[in-house]
Amino acid sequence: MTLIDTRTPEPKRLIPGATGDWEVIIGMEVHAQVVSQSKLFSGASTAFGGAPNDHVSLVDAAMPGMLPVINAECVRQAVRTGLGLKAQINLKSVFDRKNYFYPDLPQGYQISQFKQPIVGEGIVTVAVGPDKQGNFESIEVGVERLHLEQDAGKSMHDQHPTMSYVDLNRSGVALMEIVSKPDMRSSDEAKAYLTKLRSILRYLGTCDGNMDEGSMRADVNVSVRRPGEPFGTRCEIKNVNSIRFVGQAIEYEARRQIAILEDGGSIDQETRLFDPGKGETRSMRSKEEAHDYRYFPDPDLLPLEFTQAFVDELAADLPELPDEKKARFMAMGLSEYDASILVSERAIADYFEKVADGRDGKAAANWVINDLLGALNKAGKGIDETPVSPAQLGAVIDLIKDGTISGKIAKDLFEIVWNEGGDPKAIVEDRGMKQVTDTGAIETAVDEVIAANPDKVEQVKAKPTMAGWFVGQVMKATGGKANPQAVQALVKAKLGIEE
Amino acid sequence: MTELTALTIAEAREQLKAKAFTAVELTEAYLAAIDQANPVINAYVAVTHDRARQMATASDARLAKNEGGALEGIPLGIKDLYATEGVHTQACSHILDGFRPRYESTVTANLWADGAVMLGKLNMDEFAMGSSNETSFYGPVKNPWRATGSNADLVPGGSSGGSAAAVAAWLCAGATASDTGGSIRQPAAFTGTVGIKPTYGRCSRWGMVAFASSLDQAGPIARDVRDAAILLKSMASVDAKDTTSVDLPVPDYEAALGRSVRGMKIGIPKEYRVEGMPEEIEKLWQQGIDWLREAGAEIVEITLPHTKYALPAYYIVAPAEASSNLARYDGVRYGLREQGKDIVDMYERTRAAGFGDEVKRRIMVGTYVLSAGYYDAYYLKAQKVRTLIKKDFEDVFAAGVDAILTPATPSAAFGIADQELASDPVKMYLNDVFTVTVNMAGLPGIAVPAGLDAKGLPLGLQLIGKPFDEETLFATAHVIEQAAGRFSPAKWW
Amino acid sequence: MSVDLDTVKRVARLARIAVTEEDVSALTGKLNSILGFVEHLDEVDVSGVEPMTSVIPMEMKKRIDEVTDGGKAADIVANAPATEDNFFLVPKVVE
Repeated sequence: MTLIDTRTPEPKRLIPGATGDWEVIIGMEVHAQVVSQSKLFSGASTAFGGAPNDHVSLVDAAMPGMLPVINAECVRQAVRTGLGLKAQINLKSVFDRKNYFYPDLPQGYQISQFKQPIVGEGIVTVAVGPDKQGNFESIEVGVERLHLEQDAGKSMHDQHPTMSYVDLNRSGVALMEIVSKPDMRSSDEAKAYLTKLRSILRYLGTCDGNMDEGSMRADVNVSVRRPGEPFGTRCEIKNVNSIRFVGQAIEYEARRQIAILEDGGSIDQETRLFDPGKGETRSMRSKEEAHDYRYFPDPDLLPLEFTQAFVDELAADLPELPDEKKARFMAMGLSEYDASILVSERAIADYFEKVADGRDGKAAANWVINDLLGALNKAGKGIDETPVSPAQLGAVIDLIKDGTISGKIAKDLFEIVWNEGGDPKAIVEDRGMKQVTDTGAIETAVDEVIAANPDKVEQVKAKPTMAGWFVGQVMKATGGKANPQAVQALVKAKLGIEE
Repeated sequence: MTELTALTIAEAREQLKAKAFTAVELTEAYLAAIDQANPVINAYVAVTHDRARQMATASDARLAKNEGGALEGIPLGIKDLYATEGVHTQACSHILDGFRPRYESTVTANLWADGAVMLGKLNMDEFAMGSSNETSFYGPVKNPWRATGSNADLVPGGSSGGSAAAVAAWLCAGATASDTGGSIRQPAAFTGTVGIKPTYGRCSRWGMVAFASSLDQAGPIARDVRDAAILLKSMASVDAKDTTSVDLPVPDYEAALGRSVRGMKIGIPKEYRVEGMPEEIEKLWQQGIDWLREAGAEIVEITLPHTKYALPAYYIVAPAEASSNLARYDGVRYGLREQGKDIVDMYERTRAAGFGDEVKRRIMVGTYVLSAGYYDAYYLKAQKVRTLIKKDFEDVFAAGVDAILTPATPSAAFGIADQELASDPVKMYLNDVFTVTVNMAGLPGIAVPAGLDAKGLPLGLQLIGKPFDEETLFATAHVIEQAAGRFSPAKWW
Repeated sequence: MSVDLDTVKRVARLARIAVTEEDVSALTGKLNSILGFVEHLDEVDVSGVEPMTSVIPMEMKKRIDEVTDGGKAADIVANAPATEDNFFLVPKVVE
């Protein structure tokens, strides 16, 4: 693969070294587990966990004479993902064998796609940010290819003093390897790319994106160079399993390489491992032998072929993806910042859309982002664990809209619904939280405050903005339930302040 | 009454139905013959006495109710590369020591579903790599045939040497075999038996220990053409578990026997007149041509220009695929494990101890031709040459040829431990020169005995057919069989 | 093309087959004999020729996505040289 530089060096992304600025170049190979019931070439379950070797068929254990038969759903999912990445879909692709020995690779080869992948070049638009001003920068990260391949099993090395334990439950699970071009120039961009990629996969339902369960892992290629110079030698950081770690690994690795180069050294092309405990990368494999995978087309399988009509049908059924959704939300009057947050997860966007249905979009966005997501974040919960349903939040917003409660009371109401549940309308009713709109009662309160504060009345004549103080006092006297607009109007009228 | 083991499958089938004897009696007759002969012939590497008796008893119960299947009560031998549940399955390799699969291959499952009885597992070249059955971990098989007046032991051919010898010596009514470069047809020719390699994709490969996936194909070795047709009908199926199994119904091959060859065009490829071909082979070929012409077939000279590249291409494709297919024998999940100081050492010692020399050579060749930088020059080129070989045949068939007649082998059976053949692997490989093109093109080929050489050893002719036109091969082979007669060795064991 | 002793050692290493010096020299001769034989293919012009993929044109069979297998760990490890609690055991792998 020829590497093409698509970016112009920008000072703000450069890393200052002792001898001048450096630019970091990042590419990523993401392994995403395909959402499917059974494995890529066998009928064993893909479920996470399971007793040792329980989700294993004879094929997965590479028993003599066993043959692979491809799972149609995995093909569909790969094509859908390719469409979501706006990528070239290859109507003919080929499965190859990648030959190497490892105890968790029972066949002695991995079935993968080498020369002819199912998906070719595509594009991911990534919004990097927001910066301190709340602005986003949009960059495009090229996708080189996406191919289907088998996952390996798992070896455990800490169970026994001299033996490793091998469990093949994951062996043969379908993975999509999504290879980016070396288009990223900072750890923030890399994190934003991975976040976006995960979001696209989750929208499509082709990968659950659960990095802690290993269903998404990233191999991160990092190199550094002086701005304007050719690409430097890269190191591959294998199997990074969180977005945060990707950022940390890049920061560490870039500085490690810069230090070596500034010292007059050179970078060895090698595979490295990120140690989250120490926050550093270290060399993973000794260089005793170069890999020679001896790829060749798997003779147990035929070329994978399908028609354009099959692709078109999948394209027609694709859900709305984050970019389109974001554009639609912004057209509803939302800021880019708000729209970006709402589309970051499909479940959040769905929640928002239910709240916004028939209501003011901006108000709905504010409540979802500031109140709901704020509370979820504080409680360490995900959107799928929210105690406040879209209908409940919608009811709260409706109660403000129709003047039943004030915005301030609404915050209290939200907290009650969060903690205790229930119908917001009934809660307002039962607990006397309704806003006082009875002008008589408000007038009495206004009169009382004016009568009790002759000095302030004098002051307000010179300084009309003092009216706010009276409003505050009246609100206090009414326990916050008075309609603020009504109070304001009455205060101004009684004090003779012109509008 | 004649000896029960002398009966063909067709004959035994009728007499079992007529209750002339029981399946248990037939099975006992074979078990007795095996127990007597096997210490000498070494055709079986495992004899499943108990299982055979149980299966025969069950067959008798079904026969009593007139519910018997197509092979009800017929005792068969199974090549050791078919997975048979709970029974020795090692492809005659040390590396699969003690392997007892928990599954049954599709081909053998088909046979059992039709009522056949398993006598045991048959000797073969290790992982089907060989043309003499001498690479077996269990030692060579002796050909039941000997040259007139000689006591020298001859090879039965390979890799299905155990299958061919067992059929020729009446140690089973018929046998399963497999053919990657000639492993059914060459031993059939060396033992005076009939062997057919059907079209690639006709029999499921599921549960067959793989040698070279794009070439391996199951098939039977039988005493005559009819038995081969009966066996193939049962072995063949469409199998969802094998991606390369072809979705076409299995015809009644037996019904093709007796079909006239009048008006058929039989192609005679000039490229098969190889340099140094023994005169006897040449004569036999001409005899076959004459028989078919007399039966009304039109004989046409044809050209298959890429023939001479089939064997070199084969010795790239087959070892390359084998090197990958045999990577799973690593001492982790089954078979032999040699202790090592670490995992790599364990792998290397296990594979060094577990594989024989010929298998190691082929793994090495395969590894080399696939290694970095050589893929295009070797494997890819060989696969392209296959396309050319296949096209040679397609052109001939498109010109109206119905089947092609060639010799099956360049010689009759040779001696065990032949020094000249042992010193140069390529000399041994040349045994497959007439058979290997058929595997490379994926076509069906049948070997049928056509006569004896001057030393009294059987020689065979090969017929090559269009894809999935095994019926024409059976019909044509039957004509040759009718003319040539059948051949059985004189019992010396 | 022919192979030398070092190439044979490297290939044996790739194939994970332990070889002695004696094996290597014996193998080198035999491999060169085989490689010399297959070099006859150099004579063939394959430009514009597609590699063979199947005997007759056919579409690759596919499985429906359903769980039809598994739940037989005991069968999976039944033939293994060393196991514990249905895990396969191998000499410790050091990374």
